[in-house]
Amino acid sequence: MGRRLLAAHAVLVYAFLYAPVAVVVAYAFNGGRQTLNWEGFSTKWFSAALRDDSITSALRNSLLIAAGNAAVACLLGTLLALSLPGMWRSLRVPIDALVTMTLVTPEIVFGIAALVFFTEIGLTLGLKTILVAHVVFNASVVALVVRARFVGLGHDFEEASYDLGAGPLSTFRQVTLPRLAPAILAGGLLAFTFSFDDFYTSFFVSGAGTTTLPLYVFSSLRFGVSPIVNATAAMVLALTIGAIVLAYIVLRRSGGRAGGVFPGVR
Amino acid sequence: MSTPGGRRGHGGPRYPAWLALPALGWYAAFFLAPLGFVAAYSFAELSGFVGVDFAWNLENYRYLWDPVYRDIFVRTLGLASFGTAATLLAGFPFAYWLARYSRRRTLLLLLVIVPFWTSFLIRAYAWLIILDPSFPLFRALDVDLLYTTTAIYIGVVYNYLPLMVLPLYAALERIDWSLVEAAQDLGDGPLRAFRRVTLPLALPGVVAGSLLVFIPLTGEYLIPAILGGNKTAYTGTLIAQEFSEAHDWPLGSAIAMVVIGSMTVVLVAFSRIAARGEVANG
Repeated sequence: MGRRLLAAHAVLVYAFLYAPVAVVVAYAFNGGRQTLNWEGFSTKWFSAALRDDSITSALRNSLLIAAGNAAVACLLGTLLALSLPGMWRSLRVPIDALVTMTLVTPEIVFGIAALVFFTEIGLTLGLKTILVAHVVFNASVVALVVRARFVGLGHDFEEASYDLGAGPLSTFRQVTLPRLAPAILAGGLLAFTFSFDDFYTSFFVSGAGTTTLPLYVFSSLRFGVSPIVNATAAMVLALTIGAIVLAYIVLRRSGGRAGGVFPGVR
Repeated sequence: MSTPGGRRGHGGPRYPAWLALPALGWYAAFFLAPLGFVAAYSFAELSGFVGVDFAWNLENYRYLWDPVYRDIFVRTLGLASFGTAATLLAGFPFAYWLARYSRRRTLLLLLVIVPFWTSFLIRAYAWLIILDPSFPLFRALDVDLLYTTTAIYIGVVYNYLPLMVLPLYAALERIDWSLVEAAQDLGDGPLRAFRRVTLPLALPGVVAGSLLVFIPLTGEYLIPAILGGNKTAYTGTLIAQEFSEAHDWPLGSAIAMVVIGSMTVVLVAFSRIAARGEVANG
């Protein structure tokens, strides 16, 4: 295929990827009562959304879960990433497979599995069960991002630190942690968005009284599109896109290339 | 293996293996154990209205062997196959261009990574607005695609395209294009050079991308629910129904086990293909 043809195709792909998102954002600023009937620019649906208790409480739940989940996922994922490179192959390979499984298993399957499990052990469904379930796949996300950076950096500094008589703990604190910090931060941001956006797992383990923002959007779709949902969707987009762009910049600025925002992409 | 000091050579100094334990504990308790419960439930039966009786028989699976369910499984395989083929077809030339010819790659790559990670739900929701018959574009064309299978197919391609593109790009980006040029200098036509040099090197990306698209699609629920108006049932629709409306958890678990089973088959098949590719690449 000619180079021009490929470039034209690429333009179409970008248009395809972004036009629908742009439409949602544009119509969120529609002042009219009907979503698709343009009646002039207005931000009134944003303020209406922020005054709506069911939206703000869902937003608060989503933020709480996403932040708590990111903190736990960062801890578990970073420790896992540190342990893997030096591990025996016969241990590492099955652990790698397990990490991959937590990320590729269709989320609906994991969602119902968590529901069955929490019900069987008698845990009340709510914020905590959502958080606990989200950590499963987000620990894997952090582990992948941090490990890519850890392996990519090489171990010369750690060796020097040991040669100079530092123990593993002070080596970690003074050498490894500062160098991995950008990757941990980026992993945490991705874990945050992944949780903030999550629908399937939350859908099954939220219980009757708890709503997150994606669950709110989904349940309101039964009544068709509405300007207030549109404004909510635009805010969700702004928040998650912001977090991802930040993760990308952190990783790039800290010397790496895209390193690990997607496994294997340099 | 857990002595951190002094060890040189492969891998350098190491952190102890037991650091993996917290994460492994979490996976065991909240991932493997739940999947184990689903497996057990799939052999159980309903007792009363909400109770479950562990009968340890194959009744649920036998029940699923009904043509009604088989049709739905076949339809789901069709959707997953279509999604994989369509995103590969659209994604490969794009990833190829991005890896070989694009300038300002940092930005262009970011523009693919953003939809990869953002709001699956809201990106499906966006099409609800666009496909609405009163949306200007379709009002002009006088077509109403909303809540049709076509709408589901559009949504699938849209939401899954970034999942295909990124692994393709990761593989293509590593290619030393002078190899392709060398093949052409030595008399291969562009097509032949593509088939003999580029394609084998890109194969791991094709495999990874196909897995990332095909496997989640076998359990897809959101897109048929939102863009198909829940009128056409897929495997994911069935699972959601058994767990939220019908409350037949044992039957729902058996359907989930069918998804896990097909996922395993696909993973094994694709890893064979990838292994063969590596052998072919030397």
